[in-house]
Amino acid sequence: MKTTERIEAYLRGEMTEEERAAFEQLRATDSELDQQVVSHQAFMDQLRDYGVRHKLVSDMNAIHETLDIDEIKSEVIPQRSMLKVLWAKYRINAAVAASVAIVVAFSTLLSTGYFAKTNALNSDYNALRRQISKLTSIQRTQSAQMKDIAGIPSLPSNPGQYGGTGFALSSDGYLVTNYHVIKDADSVYIQNTEGQSYKVKTIYVHPQYDIAVLQITDSNFKSLKALPYTFKKSSADVAEEVFTIGFPREDPVYNRGYLSASTGYRGDTVAYQVDIPVYEGNSGGPLLDSKGNVIGIINAKQAKTDGVTFAVKSGYLLEALDAIPKDSLKTELVLNKKNNLSNLSRKDQYKKMQEYVYMVKVYQ
Amino acid sequence: MSKEIKRSVPTDSEVILGILNGSKDVLETVYKAYFPMILQLVVMNNGTDDDAKDIFQESVIVLYDKVKSGNFELNSKLKTFIYSVSRRLWLKRLNQLSRNAGRISDFEDVLPVEQDMERHEEKDLQFRQMESALMHLGEPCKTIIEDFYINNKSMQEICAKFGYTNADNAKNQKYKCLQRLKKLFFQT
Repeated sequence: MKTTERIEAYLRGEMTEEERAAFEQLRATDSELDQQVVSHQAFMDQLRDYGVRHKLVSDMNAIHETLDIDEIKSEVIPQRSMLKVLWAKYRINAAVAASVAIVVAFSTLLSTGYFAKTNALNSDYNALRRQISKLTSIQRTQSAQMKDIAGIPSLPSNPGQYGGTGFALSSDGYLVTNYHVIKDADSVYIQNTEGQSYKVKTIYVHPQYDIAVLQITDSNFKSLKALPYTFKKSSADVAEEVFTIGFPREDPVYNRGYLSASTGYRGDTVAYQVDIPVYEGNSGGPLLDSKGNVIGIINAKQAKTDGVTFAVKSGYLLEALDAIPKDSLKTELVLNKKNNLSNLSRKDQYKKMQEYVYMVKVYQ
Repeated sequence: MSKEIKRSVPTDSEVILGILNGSKDVLETVYKAYFPMILQLVVMNNGTDDDAKDIFQESVIVLYDKVKSGNFELNSKLKTFIYSVSRRLWLKRLNQLSRNAGRISDFEDVLPVEQDMERHEEKDLQFRQMESALMHLGEPCKTIIEDFYINNKSMQEICAKFGYTNADNAKNQKYKCLQRLKKLFFQT
């Protein structure tokens, strides 16, 4: 303490002449003391600097208090235009609104099938799946469909019911329809001409040939009598007279025509071109020749042109059936080989056929 | 973009003289003359009023330090000096806040002030250290030290203020306080 006191007295000039001289002499010989003097002085300087700056800041704060900041600001800061102010304030809201608009626009386009349509083969190719409107009368449905054929896209994807036609492959519950009929389905039911409905499950699909094989899973279903028709392996001849049964409405509808070309839409070898009037809902219906052989499955028509219908050839149906993995089938799928229709009149053929043709109802 | 700032500005030599004399009036004139310029700079570059205040006051500290150390050359304008220092300080702050990619919109000419900034940073560090050491010192030590070494009060006044019965007790206390302050200061 004594030393510090002396250093302080020395530095503050509080020593007498003699004391000072003695201290300086001591300092000259004692390097440790000299060191202490220097460091004490440095520390005092720092302390003083601190004091000076502290005072300066508090003086400035006092001055700052007297200023009118807003007034100075209005002098030096250029006023921003109203538009800029609004933009700065609401740009986040605007961004959110814009993103919502984009999402809504695209989800609407998506849900209305805007994008699905572009995937369809072509706009003048109409797959014949029928959209069932629940509340309309049969007549209205039919007349509406007649208009529909003119060109409304055939693949609306709103959740709703669709209808097509299917027919039996065997007496124990296997049947066939078009792939496009049951595509995206949650559940599929079939209804026979007597109005009984059965639940079916999809066993196999072949999208390229537009074929779907279904099996009736309903316990109420009883085996049918032996099928009266057979499936033709070879190609049918052009100009052959043909007929079909389908469900463009709630009841089975018979139509007849002739095979007009051995290839389908734009030369598609999988299908025939048939001149026969069909409507949406005919999809999946059997195309039979006059002897009662299934030669094809109705699947599409050319839009805006009368009487140009397409049917998948029965040969490809048989090919698709062969391709079904064995473990997908509960019982072996045996196709009928005995034809009971060949000598009957058309009226009797229709009567026998109609039990084996079903309306396919699709729920999404 | 920038409006002309019309205010009565003292001549630079008057200001320098005033700073050396510790004149309060000069400080006030300087403050009123140049603060608007810095407010403009900071607020137009993403800052607030308070940011402007901090930056401006720091620049004045740099100016005072420079003038007092006798380094201020009259050929650089005072206004330009304050602006340049503030600009540097604000750029640094912006980079710390990463609000800015190192660009700033200018309103005045700019001087190179690197040396002054280095010196200021050193002094600023010491100031902060001393500030924190004094803060940790606690009372009554802080007041005794400030009164004696900064405000230059006599031991008698300090005795009277703290009610010490004799000057030796007060001296003793002051000695202990100083030792502790040194310890705190060199610790950090």
